[in-house]
Parts: sequence; structure tokens; C-alpha cells
Amino acid sequence: MAEVGDLLAEAMGHSLPVGKVVLVGDCVETSGAFVLHLLLKRCLSLDSSFAVFVALSHPFSHYDRVLRKMGCNLSVQKKNGKLHFLELLDFSARSKENSVDDGFCKLYNEIRKAVETARSKDTKASCVYIMIDDISLLEIAADGSENDVLNFLHYCSTLTSEMDCSLIILNHEDVYSSEEAPRLLAHLQHLSDIEIRAAPLNTGLAADVHGQLTVINKGLLNDDRRSGRRIWNFQFKVKENSVEFFYPGSQH
Amino acid sequence: MATGGGQQARPTRPSSFSRVSSSSFSPASSSSTSTSLPPGVRIGANGAAFVSSGIPDLDRILGGGFLVRSVVMVMEDADAPHHLLLLRNFMSQGIVHGQSVLFAGPTKEPRSFLGTLPSPVVQKEGLKIKHDVSDVQDKEKGLRIAWQYKKYFGELTAVDSHNRDKKQEYSSDFDLRKPLERQLLNSQNIECISTQDAFDLSKLQNHCLTFVSKLSLKDGINSNAGRIAIQSLCAPQCGYFEKDWDMLSFIRSLRATVQSSNAVAVITFPASVLSNSISKRWQHLADTLLSVRAIPDEDKDLAKLLTGYQDMLGFLHVHKVAQFNSQVPVILDASTYSLKLQKRKSLVLERLNQAPVEGSSGVSYATSGSCSSSKGSLLDF
Repeated sequence: MAEVGDLLAEAMGHSLPVGKVVLVGDCVETSGAFVLHLLLKRCLSLDSSFAVFVALSHPFSHYDRVLRKMGCNLSVQKKNGKLHFLELLDFSARSKENSVDDGFCKLYNEIRKAVETARSKDTKASCVYIMIDDISLLEIAADGSENDVLNFLHYCSTLTSEMDCSLIILNHEDVYSSEEAPRLLAHLQHLSDIEIRAAPLNTGLAADVHGQLTVINKGLLNDDRRSGRRIWNFQFKVKENSVEFFYPGSQH
Repeated sequence: MATGGGQQARPTRPSSFSRVSSSSFSPASSSSTSTSLPPGVRIGANGAAFVSSGIPDLDRILGGGFLVRSVVMVMEDADAPHHLLLLRNFMSQGIVHGQSVLFAGPTKEPRSFLGTLPSPVVQKEGLKIKHDVSDVQDKEKGLRIAWQYKKYFGELTAVDSHNRDKKQEYSSDFDLRKPLERQLLNSQNIECISTQDAFDLSKLQNHCLTFVSKLSLKDGINSNAGRIAIQSLCAPQCGYFEKDWDMLSFIRSLRATVQSSNAVAVITFPASVLSNSISKRWQHLADTLLSVRAIPDEDKDLAKLLTGYQDMLGFLHVHKVAQFNSQVPVILDASTYSLKLQKRKSLVLERLNQAPVEGSSGVSYATSGSCSSSKGSLLDF
């Protein structure tokens, strides 16, 4: 189902993967949020799919305006019930009565309920996409408790198999690369079926190329032994209304 | 989500402050009647509102100034207090424009910091400057300028005299030798808080919340912009220093507070006292990230590499620039600038220039080559 020339879709094996956990990693120099925007737009432009967006980083207005330039109206989608938007800018898992664990429980239940509602309304719903922007803010909301964040993510990932959802997570990888025991990152990498990593170019800044994407597709083990490529590397340029993907040197 | 008296959208002006990226999104407002913007706020591309950083060069580099509703972070250098230069200009600019200022510093008497704020330079030569601009524009037509020197003329051609007037209002040149007038400092909308003995950040958090809520109460229609300046947030002398996650939580809530109000927050922090991963977390929380670096006193290699080395105070590196309602990253021509004092009083940022290589000896090519490769990670021309 990949469009011709869409390298990201080719790398993922599908323009919008179903039932998978996708981990998008980025760093201070290069933001990977555009991948989330692109996948959200694709999800909402399909007829029978539904999105749950957990926004910890920016308010709704930001995503609304960014997506509007890409040709997708989030307010309308929200009204039509295709998008469940959770604006959690000052979400704190720990509150006076509850522990961190309870806070995450509530969040998970809310997400699960949204997924169930979507399924009950439209039994033909092909896939529900749960997007989280981003994990490092969940850790701050959990006061640094890695275990609780991991528990929460494990529960969310069970939804991918149980209820045919896809989980797309944005994570700041450079936070963990300098740690001695990058436990959370290791767990995330183990959980994920597809890893997309946004990094700056080795040669520095450029106006025409904003960075490079490395996509690791862990492959479909249930299918008949596809020996397709598993690691892809290409460059990208982010525009207001789209993203261009190309191999180095082939940008005109 | 409450927005404190939103800025009126205006048609994008063709000023030198608009970003290079072509954004098709311009509010279709046909009326050219000047809507009353609060003082010191300018509207740029995409309907984004900016306030001046207090350093005209920095405003130009960042494409307009500091974005309202954003958090600016400055990574300090342990060797030199250049971040204070940025903070002082930032606060002075706000006071000069009558904006509310909240300052938090890790000292017993943060109020005394106000005594170091610079006063704006009185512009006597306004007319002379206008003449120079039109002269240059005339000469431009006959000249073919080598690409290397285009950067000096690029800014002048885009600025017309009308904009120049506005520019003087929006962003003042500060004289670092002259302190700000006492009467300006005694105004009611300047708050100072000490973070030195604070056991936790809840008091500061509450102060920020009330500060921001006061912003929207004034005037009703267009509330004034506010500036929050926090010095050395993770300084070791602060009582909450050990609590990494508390500090991160505070920054996150400050970010949320600022995002729903007309405030700009500038936080400086000594990144070297934080662990690498916690420092990265801080850096990710910033919308605009800058770092200042001191220049070693007698570095012969650097002196050979750069022109004007003797006048430089330090380096300013721009790591990321806030972008408003857009996913396109801001790519600058150059991200490292030198901090200089012009005429010993005003702060300027200059692009780095490689010193001319001595033509006679072929060896100098090799040395300058190795210099730039070793410093390649630090400097970006």
C-alpha cells in the first residue's frame, strides 16, 4: 500500500502499520515530531481508522495549526469522533490521594475506554492508533519512576495485540545514550516492531536537508520469511505541508 | 485552554525579521488600521508574537526576538558569567517597555541584581543612520559584491527607514556602563524572588502562576506581555539542588503556564553541574536553546583562526530556535556568534570570520585546516 517514492512507507512496509509498536527517536538537534504529525494525518485521512493522541508537549492549538497546513482539520475530526485528544500539559501522575501507579492506571483506562468506544461505534474500524508525545514527559509526570512508565507502556502495548491498535511513541533518545543503564530505552526498543530514528547529518546544518532517518523494521515473523531489507537510511526535508524523503544526493 | 488576551493577527510585514521558510499561512486581514498591540510586542510570520531579547543582533538572528509563550534556556559556562549579560538586557528591555518582570536568582538579595541592569542608549544619530541606508541602497545597484561580503549588506537592504523607526522602539540598544534609572526599578510590576534557601520549587511555581494570571487581568483587551527571568535554576546553592525530578517538573509546569499566557521565560542554568542525561532532558524542554562559552584569555590557535579575537568576550551558540505552530525547523546561516562589546558599552553578536591565511607559507593552510577540524564541533561558521 506504499505510494511510489514514499521511502518511509516502504521502510515500514506499510504507509500506516497496523497492530505494531512504532518507536520514534529524536535528539535535541533534530526533532522527530514531524513523523508523528505525518502518521496522524495519514490515520485521519483513512475512512475507518481512529486516533487517540496523548499530548504532553504542546497544546491542542499547536497540533491543530500544524496539521491544518498539511490539509487535515483536527477540530473537525475531533467533532466527528475520529480523534480523541488528551491534552496533558500539566499531567501529574502523582496527586494528593493517589500514588503514581494510580495516576497511570487512570490514564490507561481512559485510553482503553476511548479505544473501546471507537470499536463499538464502527465495527469495521481497521485500526486505532495511539500516539504519545512524548515519553520523557511521562517520566517527569511520574517523578522519575521508570517502573511506572514501563508498566503503563506495557499495558498500552497489549492493546496492540488484543484490540488491533498501533502504538506510536515519540522518545528523546539522546537522554538515554549517556546513561550507564538505559533501561527504559532498552525496554522500548525491545517492545517496538519498528524503530524510526531522526538524527542530524554528520556534516552539520543544511537548509535543504534537515536530517536523516534510520528505520529499523524488525520484520514480520509470522509471514513467510520475508527477506526484505530491515534497515533503511535516508534523508528528509520538513516542509509546512509535507515531508520529503530521499536518498542522499537525489534531492533536486 | 485560556489565552490571556490573544494578539490580533496582522498581515505579515515584509520586514527583515520574517523567516526564510515560505509559509503560505498569512491571516487575511485587509484592514491596515493599527491594532493596539501591547508595547514591545511585534508580530512576525505566521502571526507569531515576539518580544525583543534586549540585544538587537540576537533578535535578528532568532528571526524576530523571543517568541511569546515560549521558554528560552541558556546553558551557562562555569568559567564566565556571560549569561548574565543576556539576562540583564532581557530584563532591561522589559522594564523600558513597561512590561511586568519576575526575576528569581540564587542569592540572598535578588533585588540587588536590578542595580546592574543597563540603561538604553539615547539615539541622537537617528537621522544620520537613515541617510546611510539610502546611500548604500543607491550604491548597491552599481556594485557587484563578492559573496563573502554579502552578509554585511544583506540586512541593510531589507530595512527601510519606516521600519527602522519601529525597530528602535521595539528593541533598544543598551549601554552596559550606565545603570537603569532608579524610578523605573521602583515600579510595582517588578518582582524578585530568591531561590537560594528554597527547599523546593513550589513557592517559585506559585509566584509564576500569580504573575501570569495578573498579566491577563490588566486592560482586558490586550494584556501586557510579561517576562520571567530565572538565573541559574540548578545552582548548587539552591536548597532543592539534589532533586532532579522536582526541577524538571517545575520547568514542565512553567512551560505549560507560559504556553497559555503572554509571557516569555528565560532560564539560565549551569549545565555542567547536572548529569548528562538530566542536562539533555533540560535541553529538550526548551523551545529556544542557547549556550554561552567563555573565551580563554590567551589562546594562540584561536587568535590565528579568528579575526578580532582580542575584542571577543565569548561565544554564543544557538542550538535550537522556537517555531510557532509549524513543524519546519529553523535553520540558521550560522549558529555560533562572538559576543563583543562595541565601544565598550553595547553588546553585539558577530558572525565568526576566519582570519586571512598567510599567503607566503603553505604550512598555514594545514594549520588552519587542523584548527577548524579540531574546533569543528565547537564552532560553526
